[in-house]
Amino acid sequence: MGAMVILRLALVFSILTSLSLLAGSSPLPSPELQIVTAERRIDLTSHIVKVFLTLKVENIGESPASEVLLAFSPTEADRLALVKAAVAAGKKKKKSYLPLDVKPTDLPDGPNGTKYYLIHLLKPLGKAEAISLEVLYILTHSLEPFPVEISQSESQLVYYRDSAKILSPYPIKQQATFLKTPTSRVESFTRVVPTDRANAELRYGPYEEQPPYAYSPVIVHFENNNAFAVVEELVREIEISHWGSIQVTEHYKLVHAGARHKGAFSRVEYQSRPHSGVSSFKNLLAELPPRVHSVYYRDNIGNISSSRLRTNFKKSELLIEPRYPLFGGWKSTFVIGYGVPLEDFLFEAADGTRYLNYSFGCPLADTVVEKLTVKVVLPEGSKNPSAVVPFTVEQRTERKCSYLDVVGRTVVVLEKANVVPEHNSPFQVYYQFSPIYMLAEPLMLTSVFFLFFMACVTYLHLDLSISKIKQT
Amino acid sequence: MEKATDLLSSSQSLFSLKSLKLKTKQQELLLRISILGLVYILAFITRLFSVLRYESMIHEFDPYFNYRTTLFLTQKGFYEFWNWFDSESWYPLGRIIGGTLYPGLMVTAAFIYWTLRFLRFAVHIREVCVLTAPFFASNTTLVAYFFGKELWDSGAGLVAAALIAICPGYISRSVAGSYDNEGVAIFALLLTFYLFVKAVKTGSLAWSLASAFGYFYMVSAWGGYIFIINLIPLYVLVLLVVGRYSMRLYVAYNCMYILGMLLAMQIRFVGFQHVQSGEHMAAMGVFFLMQVFYFLDWVKHLLNDQKLFQAFLRITLTCAISVGAIALGVGTASGYISPWTGRFYSLLDPTYAKDHIPIIASVSEHQPTAWSSFMFDFHILLILFPAGLYFCFKRLSDATIFIVMYGLTSMYFAGVMVRLILVATPAVCLISAIAVSATIKNLSQLVRTKTKPTQGGSGKGTTSAKASSKGALDHSLPYQRNGAIALLVGAFYLLTRYAIHCTWVTSEAYSSPSIVLAARGAHGNRVIFDDYREAYFWLRQNTPQDAKVMSWWDYGYQITAMGNRTVIVDNNTWNNTHIATVGRAMSSYEDEAYEIMRSLDVDYVLVVFGGVTGYSSDDINKFLWMVRIGGGVFPVIKEPDYLVNGEYRVDKGAAPKMLNCLMYKLSYYRFGELTTEYGQPPGYDRARGVEIGNKDIKLEYLEEAFTTSNWIVRIYKVKPPKNRW
Repeated sequence: MGAMVILRLALVFSILTSLSLLAGSSPLPSPELQIVTAERRIDLTSHIVKVFLTLKVENIGESPASEVLLAFSPTEADRLALVKAAVAAGKKKKKSYLPLDVKPTDLPDGPNGTKYYLIHLLKPLGKAEAISLEVLYILTHSLEPFPVEISQSESQLVYYRDSAKILSPYPIKQQATFLKTPTSRVESFTRVVPTDRANAELRYGPYEEQPPYAYSPVIVHFENNNAFAVVEELVREIEISHWGSIQVTEHYKLVHAGARHKGAFSRVEYQSRPHSGVSSFKNLLAELPPRVHSVYYRDNIGNISSSRLRTNFKKSELLIEPRYPLFGGWKSTFVIGYGVPLEDFLFEAADGTRYLNYSFGCPLADTVVEKLTVKVVLPEGSKNPSAVVPFTVEQRTERKCSYLDVVGRTVVVLEKANVVPEHNSPFQVYYQFSPIYMLAEPLMLTSVFFLFFMACVTYLHLDLSISKIKQT
Repeated sequence: MEKATDLLSSSQSLFSLKSLKLKTKQQELLLRISILGLVYILAFITRLFSVLRYESMIHEFDPYFNYRTTLFLTQKGFYEFWNWFDSESWYPLGRIIGGTLYPGLMVTAAFIYWTLRFLRFAVHIREVCVLTAPFFASNTTLVAYFFGKELWDSGAGLVAAALIAICPGYISRSVAGSYDNEGVAIFALLLTFYLFVKAVKTGSLAWSLASAFGYFYMVSAWGGYIFIINLIPLYVLVLLVVGRYSMRLYVAYNCMYILGMLLAMQIRFVGFQHVQSGEHMAAMGVFFLMQVFYFLDWVKHLLNDQKLFQAFLRITLTCAISVGAIALGVGTASGYISPWTGRFYSLLDPTYAKDHIPIIASVSEHQPTAWSSFMFDFHILLILFPAGLYFCFKRLSDATIFIVMYGLTSMYFAGVMVRLILVATPAVCLISAIAVSATIKNLSQLVRTKTKPTQGGSGKGTTSAKASSKGALDHSLPYQRNGAIALLVGAFYLLTRYAIHCTWVTSEAYSSPSIVLAARGAHGNRVIFDDYREAYFWLRQNTPQDAKVMSWWDYGYQITAMGNRTVIVDNNTWNNTHIATVGRAMSSYEDEAYEIMRSLDVDYVLVVFGGVTGYSSDDINKFLWMVRIGGGVFPVIKEPDYLVNGEYRVDKGAAPKMLNCLMYKLSYYRFGELTTEYGQPPGYDRARGVEIGNKDIKLEYLEEAFTTSNWIVRIYKVKPPKNRW
């Protein structure tokens, strides 16, 4: 049933393609910019879709422009995990990229619900000046498995939907789009002349002189047997102890988000035939900080013995194997925990405040996290916590009672949806802490023992009997 | 004893500073406390082998149920726990958990957990459960010390504490992770006995009350309380018969029995059994006998006439006995007093279970004990036990009579059932401790009389007639001192061997969790088979929340605890018919089994198969019990159909019914394609060492849902019925 609907949708899209949909021009962004050349490379090799966009923007208006708009269709905007932009500086040999600030705008939606992102240029673009922009954006959940259910011996096919022409509020003089599929097996793809396919690469374009909001939907059906590892929920708890260690605990809810497994699972086939279960995965690689210690990998029924840790000076790699291979739709939950030395991640600012500098995202390679919660547990007695994160997150604070806590520890909670490995950039949590609090717990223990011994001594010297029994 | 401390104090005074010099008594106290402290720690840490070898995890089968209920208790609170109707087991019947379990263990663990939480120790409930048994084993050593002190002297107490701390018979049930009722029950048992002996000795209501509470704790923790409620009356009876009746005994027993009974009635699982069940009638009979005895005593006191009293005695006794017999007869006939249960019968008659209750006989821990396991679990205690009995008889008192009776009865039960070695262990340790302590004391006295001849004669009252007689012998035997030294060295050697043996047994035999299997690989490395948890976790994650899993009852508790899925039968074997239905399904042809499984709403079938790894306690090896239990209720299942000339085989020569029954098909499905061992044909079963007889297995109503990496657990999905059109 669902397959029928999808087929029909595909048909509608292909009809639309031939019409080369033209959106009504919007008055919103004053059309004083135009894009001279645009090249888009879409990487479809994993389940995270990476789009590299190279734009050459020219100011054809009178006034200088300091902002460039990027347009996304509503479905894309929902699946957008990250947008980054950079400007190339320097000559060919010494080319370097300066990152630019990208923000979602609060501009009213464009035609057909188009959403905008705003790139702030470093210096305004003067009249008739041109600039070359590099944009990277990442889409998640954009590959739709079809057929929806596959058996153990089949490989996984997916749909990818996009437009052959780049959606932009500006007219584009010349553009081309390249799609890279993981294998050369492409079942079908929409043709928008000129379209070309060579091995694992599909090319749409070059198209000349496209008006703003040009859109021509295409659909590509291809094989993708990469691990569709999606973490539905990840809670990272980073607990700081000023006695010299940071303890990290990560709770994962992992799911294989590819085509669902259908019918029987045969161990004998899985063990003996190499092509059996190609779309499943049985291990994942987690990249942990160097000098990591006391690593554990377990779930709520105990330790999982199948993991390997390699450490070197730059990083530690933890190869984890869930208890069973994950086929489409199968789930697994587990916990990874480790300790890292305090001095690698905790620093003291000039004004005496301390700050933690730690990486934000999920350490597993090639996974999407649908909901990430980072909890930074500050030591008992710390004050004025504040977090600095390079992207927008939800923030709140909690209280947590751990070993021998009296008032509880402050927990800074950061929440973000749709996290990809590119979010693995450092964030900071600043707080004030007086070292005197470190002594609270040892003092407490000592005094308890002291009181205990005192009580023993008093008891031994007391005579509580009402009447004296005569010793004979 | 004071002599011994004299000796020790003289050697110690060399090291202690003049200003800190302690009095002899203080030194003795210090020594005793530090020895006890060390024994306490030793008892705890020797049980941690399993945590070090594997991980902090729950072992075996029943502990998983206890863990699950404890988790429920800590999460939902006591009232929810008490009223818990568990729909996840015994589908579709369900089980009233609160009314069918001994809550002592769970409440204890939850209480420890809450206390630690209150003291701001953020521990996980699993860690508490894992360490409950070692913690209580440590506490047992303390009780053993006081008990030994009560029986003999504090030296015997210390030896008893040390012996019980490492005795394998006790360790087998109390290693870390063995979160079972027995873990706390042995503590409760010994505590009750100690308090009762103390009560008899002092005649104090306080001790007697304490022993009633100890009994209450025991009842709340383990079904083995039946042993207490029969042993204590028996002991009282023996005291009455041998003429040791006293007011102290009267106070102790009556208070303990009445209060203990009333308290025990608060446990829902026990309920009114104390007045209604055959197993508890002995205690009640002795209670009434005590009253008659007291009454007679009083009359005798009043009458002062021997002849009249004799006549009165005859009449009263006849009346009392006939009234008792009539009451028992009427009670039994009317069904008010339930007859003895099968388990109780099987204790008195070891062959009973084999003929009548296959479900009890099928459990390996209910088998009669082999001599080797006595040796394995007791080691030198087996030799010291008779010696200790000798010492006890030499110095008879109310307390030693008790320990002799406890030792003898529990040794009998240990011979009947393997698991009851556990109950015998404290008695064996205590009696052996008396032997060790008394022997060493005598020997060291001999050694010392030579070195300090002046002190030897002028004992401070502790030198008994025995010692002085030995002093007299001293002159006749010139090598006595050397002989004593040799014997002391010998005793030391034996005790050392005991310690070595215990450590070895603990580390090799009793510290494997049985849920994780370890084997030696080809290169001597350790290979871990974690297939059980792999399968249970798969069930937990990838089947619908309300899926029903059918498996043999052994795995029921583990599936509900780790897999979090509903099971048809589990280790609480309360409904024999239900288990027999599962046994019948497993031993029927696939189409017949499908009907049964449809009627039970089964979604998944789980079997354990060791053919790939050579794991021998799998379902094929248990299969005959399924046939027997199934056949016991459903006569269509006949054991001879599965045997060939009385022989059980799975190869080509196996019975046709065997080759096509559900269990065979599920175990060996597609196994014929697999080569397990080099040089053997495909389909070679390593657990039984044969090539299987049916390699072409087709499943019509089931499909393979999951098989673990070493094939130990195989899960099949029951297909929905075919469309009729």
